[in-house]
Amino acid sequence: MANFYLDKPELKFHLTHPLMEKIVALKEQNYREKDTFDYAPQDFEDAIDSYNHVMEIIGEICGDIIAPNAEDVDHEGPHVVDNRVVYARGTQENHEALKKAGVYGISLPREYGGLNFPMVPYVMTGEIVSRADAGFANIWGLQDCAETIHEFASKEIREEFLPRINQGETCSMDLTEPDAGSDLQAVMLKATYDEKKKMWLLNGVKRFITNGDAQIKLVLARSEAGTSDGRGLSYFVVDNPFDSSMKVRRIENKLGIKGSPTCELVFTNTPAKMVGEPKMGLIKYVMSLMNGARLGVGAQSVGVAQAAYDEALAYAKDRAQFGKAIIEFPAVFEMLAIMKAKVDAARALLYECTRFVDVYKAYGSIADERPLTKEERMDAKEYQKLADMMTPLVKMFASEYANQNAYDSIQVHGGSGFMKDYACERIYRDARILTIYEGTSQLQVVAAIRFVTNGAYVAKLRQYEAQPINPAFEGLRNRLISFTDSLEKAIAKVTEPKNAEYHDFMARRLVEIAGHLVMSNLLIIDASRDDMFARSAEIYSNFAAAEITKHLAFIDGFQIDNVGLYKNSDQE
Amino acid sequence: MSLKIVVLAKQVPDTRNVGKDAMKADGTVNRAALPAIYNPEDLNALEQALRLKDRFEGSTVTIVTMGPGRAAEIIRESLYRGADNGYLLTDRAFAGSDTLATSYALSCAIKNLPEVDVIVCGRQAIDGDTAQVGPQVAEKLGLPQITYAEEILDVKDGKITVKRRLERGVEVVEGKLPILITVNGSAPDCRPRHAKLVMKYHHAKTVTERQEQNDDYMFMFDKRPYLNITEWSVNDIQTDVNWLGLKGSPTKVKAIENVVFQAKESKRLAGKDTEIDELMKELIANHTIG
Repeated sequence: MANFYLDKPELKFHLTHPLMEKIVALKEQNYREKDTFDYAPQDFEDAIDSYNHVMEIIGEICGDIIAPNAEDVDHEGPHVVDNRVVYARGTQENHEALKKAGVYGISLPREYGGLNFPMVPYVMTGEIVSRADAGFANIWGLQDCAETIHEFASKEIREEFLPRINQGETCSMDLTEPDAGSDLQAVMLKATYDEKKKMWLLNGVKRFITNGDAQIKLVLARSEAGTSDGRGLSYFVVDNPFDSSMKVRRIENKLGIKGSPTCELVFTNTPAKMVGEPKMGLIKYVMSLMNGARLGVGAQSVGVAQAAYDEALAYAKDRAQFGKAIIEFPAVFEMLAIMKAKVDAARALLYECTRFVDVYKAYGSIADERPLTKEERMDAKEYQKLADMMTPLVKMFASEYANQNAYDSIQVHGGSGFMKDYACERIYRDARILTIYEGTSQLQVVAAIRFVTNGAYVAKLRQYEAQPINPAFEGLRNRLISFTDSLEKAIAKVTEPKNAEYHDFMARRLVEIAGHLVMSNLLIIDASRDDMFARSAEIYSNFAAAEITKHLAFIDGFQIDNVGLYKNSDQE
Repeated sequence: MSLKIVVLAKQVPDTRNVGKDAMKADGTVNRAALPAIYNPEDLNALEQALRLKDRFEGSTVTIVTMGPGRAAEIIRESLYRGADNGYLLTDRAFAGSDTLATSYALSCAIKNLPEVDVIVCGRQAIDGDTAQVGPQVAEKLGLPQITYAEEILDVKDGKITVKRRLERGVEVVEGKLPILITVNGSAPDCRPRHAKLVMKYHHAKTVTERQEQNDDYMFMFDKRPYLNITEWSVNDIQTDVNWLGLKGSPTKVKAIENVVFQAKESKRLAGKDTEIDELMKELIANHTIG
């Protein structure tokens, strides 16, 4: 009888953020559907009320069905039978429950059977589903593909595929190949247009495809013969024919998220339809989808970080040693306090970023119907920039914290945590992929560093620092302001020599400082709105201060020539 | 073929998570301390009703519940899952009803409905555990009844086929419509609330609720008649007041005792086979079991 939405008031808090009113008004285009759909909201309050209701439904399914199934799903996993994927029994049950609740297609427009929810509540569903079972969160989260179809495909394709999402048909995003992982420009799967059949046919192999046997598949393929880079790639939608033209060759045997089938697929003259324009596959569509996917992994990570903390907290209260519960010992309660602060910090960042995504995406939908005014265009552009700079921070920090919390969760459990008897060991394995897929942490640094060096983070930090707060946090804020000053100096030191290798070598440190400052500021602002964040605001700021000081000291004391010292002498 | 289906549902205190203050000093249930929930087996009954509706196009599911004003929540919860409408029987005259008076009031309410093919209800409510109300309603309406149903298998030619769960097996029986069916907890769980239905019906209210709450959405009740939950007082249905409430309730509770099991000593086992073996031997030796 658990409800994973109601039991964490931290989630509901983000539905009350001041920016929500703008987001909902844009998304609902001034509530114009209130009389055409009986489930459309009448006004802002009505919309928030609806979000709460639907979050409660999903929270209940997470608590009562998905979480209790997680252990069995982890043991059983999916199987390949006759070139098809068969989900674990629990996975089928989870999917069925969400389908019956009518919540698939949550962010799609109502004309396609969706609920037209903004990203904020949608991302929340990703978080709580992941807290229940991180592996299942992939199957749930791949409905993101519908967003891509909605944004870029023709009306005909939209009408063919989108209404099926709400009926519970699942999606997959088929990008990776044996020789094209982080470097997607190397994709080789061939798309050829068959003049006789008047359709595109796909031939080749995809690897590491999450939920690869989905009904609706988005496939990146080379449509321009003779090309070898990203400009020869187009995007296709495949209505899984479930016949010999598409086979699941195998499912990977993974360390974690075992319930999520990771497939190797063979395409043999598989019929496909092109999404949007040719040659825009990688450079436009996948890039856009990738930002959504990174936000998705951010949500998944916060869910895992929360689950790890919950398990550790429960055990620390229950387990007695030396005559008292182990949570009474400073070594343990400090660990738990920092775990909680990391969850709160990553969550604050996640929803801040999601709000930015919401605003610019809503403008995008409006722009489909009418040209935006100049003010709207500028507003949309500003929010898109904010979203672009926050997304890599979310992906990197949330996934790293999920792993750190999972590690500490086992540590709090002691020897028992190393056994298969407690959920923390599954959480630990599930967490490990989060810093890797949809762009490693190292690649997030590559995406984020330009916002460090062009001053975008510092400018945003200065805005946060100027926001009114509860005077009780002035001391914490002053410390943050002086750290932002130090960050500016550190940026100057790293960029001045114009040495690319030194710059890249220091990039992670600078990005981390910026991230710590963003999260500390957000927690202080959130704590000024609601006291429940006061403790984490202080604890996280202390933690961040120590981390930032460490990085600053390293940058400060580092001689540029010393980069060579770190190069592997065996690399010849 | 379309069916007119009625579900009898009850709001009950959640006795599954009973805390220290669950009972008042006088031995009655402290309803304020327990969350009010949809009686679990009534949810199984609702699922059976909704499956009939899914199968036979044009069928309707009507909820009838008796209770205080807040029991309207049961009707909303049913609408969220696919029911079409609901009636809340609420009146001081119904207060203090035992099973006899309850089944009398419910049967009068059902007589007030235009037509009924199938009445489904949970086998019993978790607050009283009597399993009497369903059968009594059937008797008062002069209808056949099938109890302990696990699955309604088919409806054809005016007959309904039902699988019953008995203590030592299952039994498949046939009954003539109209009929009353009580559904067992072993029947399939009720479907979750449906997102679109929740958004459609979350403003649904009884007249009393509308008067009590200053609601911004009053304008909707005229435009959307389905948002009006009908309230029936004793004056809306034909009854003999002598059969209602305390007056109509021969059951008198003499005393209720709150029994708390307390073990003198406890033992914690890690779950190893050898430990369980030893425990079994010990329990057999001291005649706790065997």
